[in-house]
Amino acid sequence: MGNIRSVYNAFKAIQAEPVIIDKPENVKTERIVIPGVGAFTDGAKNIQPFTPKIVEALKSDTPILGICIGGQILFEESEEALSGIKGLGFFKGKIAKIKTSLKLPHMGWNKLKIEKPECPLFHGIGEGYVYFAHSYHAKPLEDVVVAKAKYGEEEITAAVWKKKIYGVQFHPEKSGSYGLSILKNFLNM
Amino acid sequence: MLCKRIIPCLDCDLAVPRGRVVKGIEFRQIRYAGEPWKLAKKYYDEGADEIVFLDITASHERRETMVNVIEETAKHVFVPLTVGGGIKSLEDARKVFNVGADKVSINTAAIQNPNLINQIAKYFGSQACVVAIDAKRRYVKSPNNVKDKIVIKTPEGYCWFECSIYGGRKFTGIDAIKWAMEVEERGAGEILLTSMDRDGTVKGYDIPLTKEVSRRVKIPVIASGGCGNPEHIYEVFTQTEATAALAASIFHYEKYTIKQVKEYLAKKNVSVRL
Repeated sequence: MGNIRSVYNAFKAIQAEPVIIDKPENVKTERIVIPGVGAFTDGAKNIQPFTPKIVEALKSDTPILGICIGGQILFEESEEALSGIKGLGFFKGKIAKIKTSLKLPHMGWNKLKIEKPECPLFHGIGEGYVYFAHSYHAKPLEDVVVAKAKYGEEEITAAVWKKKIYGVQFHPEKSGSYGLSILKNFLNM
Repeated sequence: MLCKRIIPCLDCDLAVPRGRVVKGIEFRQIRYAGEPWKLAKKYYDEGADEIVFLDITASHERRETMVNVIEETAKHVFVPLTVGGGIKSLEDARKVFNVGADKVSINTAAIQNPNLINQIAKYFGSQACVVAIDAKRRYVKSPNNVKDKIVIKTPEGYCWFECSIYGGRKFTGIDAIKWAMEVEERGAGEILLTSMDRDGTVKGYDIPLTKEVSRRVKIPVIASGGCGNPEHIYEVFTQTEATAALAASIFHYEKYTIKQVKEYLAKKNVSVRL
């Protein structure tokens, strides 16, 4: 999951014109999506060259969407990471392992519980099922959680939002038509 | 609550340019069900939770065809796509990930080179690394007769389970239950567990096998082999810790749609995405 091609295809399907960026100098600042591949350490390392561009984008109110690991690296740090590896710190808090006696990774379709219906990401679409594939999730130290999902006793942090920065733990690009509606909302902000 | 997943499997013959889905064998005649991406799209529209493509091509020179199949499917289908069959290296995996596959499923290559599991998990993440285990019952007279094997009591007698490779054509002597625990240790994100005894029989999943493997690993187990009707799926979800069920023929022959199966399960209080 977190495959760049999948994210690209999903945006194509909703008539957007995504561009895959591999060099910081090519970053266009209309909208930024940070997909995630692999684990936190690699994600945080790979994003480093792009950091100045992302900070710049934030100042100019460019919407940013981080998906899965791409959303996790917006936080300060992660239990999963090697020591010394930090996230971007746009959200206060850390990424922690899910505490459960159930299966891990938390893999498959779970229903979103929307905590802040005013979040533009969920505008007009209600609560639906989305696809998760992860063993870690965010424990924010500020009031940014907009959606959760229940897994046993644990409340999974499914989506966070602050200003124009959005982080989702699930994969909207793999969550059927409901997921595509979330991406459409991101395009329309 | 996390939903139980229903996963249709497409057996693909990739010897023709755009590939074709093999529907199974009836009266010694192989039947085909059209282009893989079209069938995948149909299942997606009916509510499939994920889709698995299995390369069953006997000939070589097919790798590019699977790339084309996935590339086309990924433009139309927005649920996770898994590719299995013939993935031997990190490079093979990269090729299908690059065109939109989300997970790869490895069996023969994992047994021959267990490090491949660690590598795929490291480079693409555990969630992208499915290890397929094809297990065959080996009956024994008494559990005390066998050393180094995990022996299970089944209604048919005591047995251990042997891993097979090359699509069931070769046996390895490896204990499938022990192997399941090892692949978890190595970083696999999921196990696709197929019963060779039940595969193709439509008599239902191998419950003792699925129960034993799914209770011994923390990672999700996908039950496979033997599904003939929605009750079989209900059985495997309620009697074992499997969190997903794979089926081929019940959907290919249009005996049941995916939606019908899910409605049946929902009525019996199994959590599914409808």
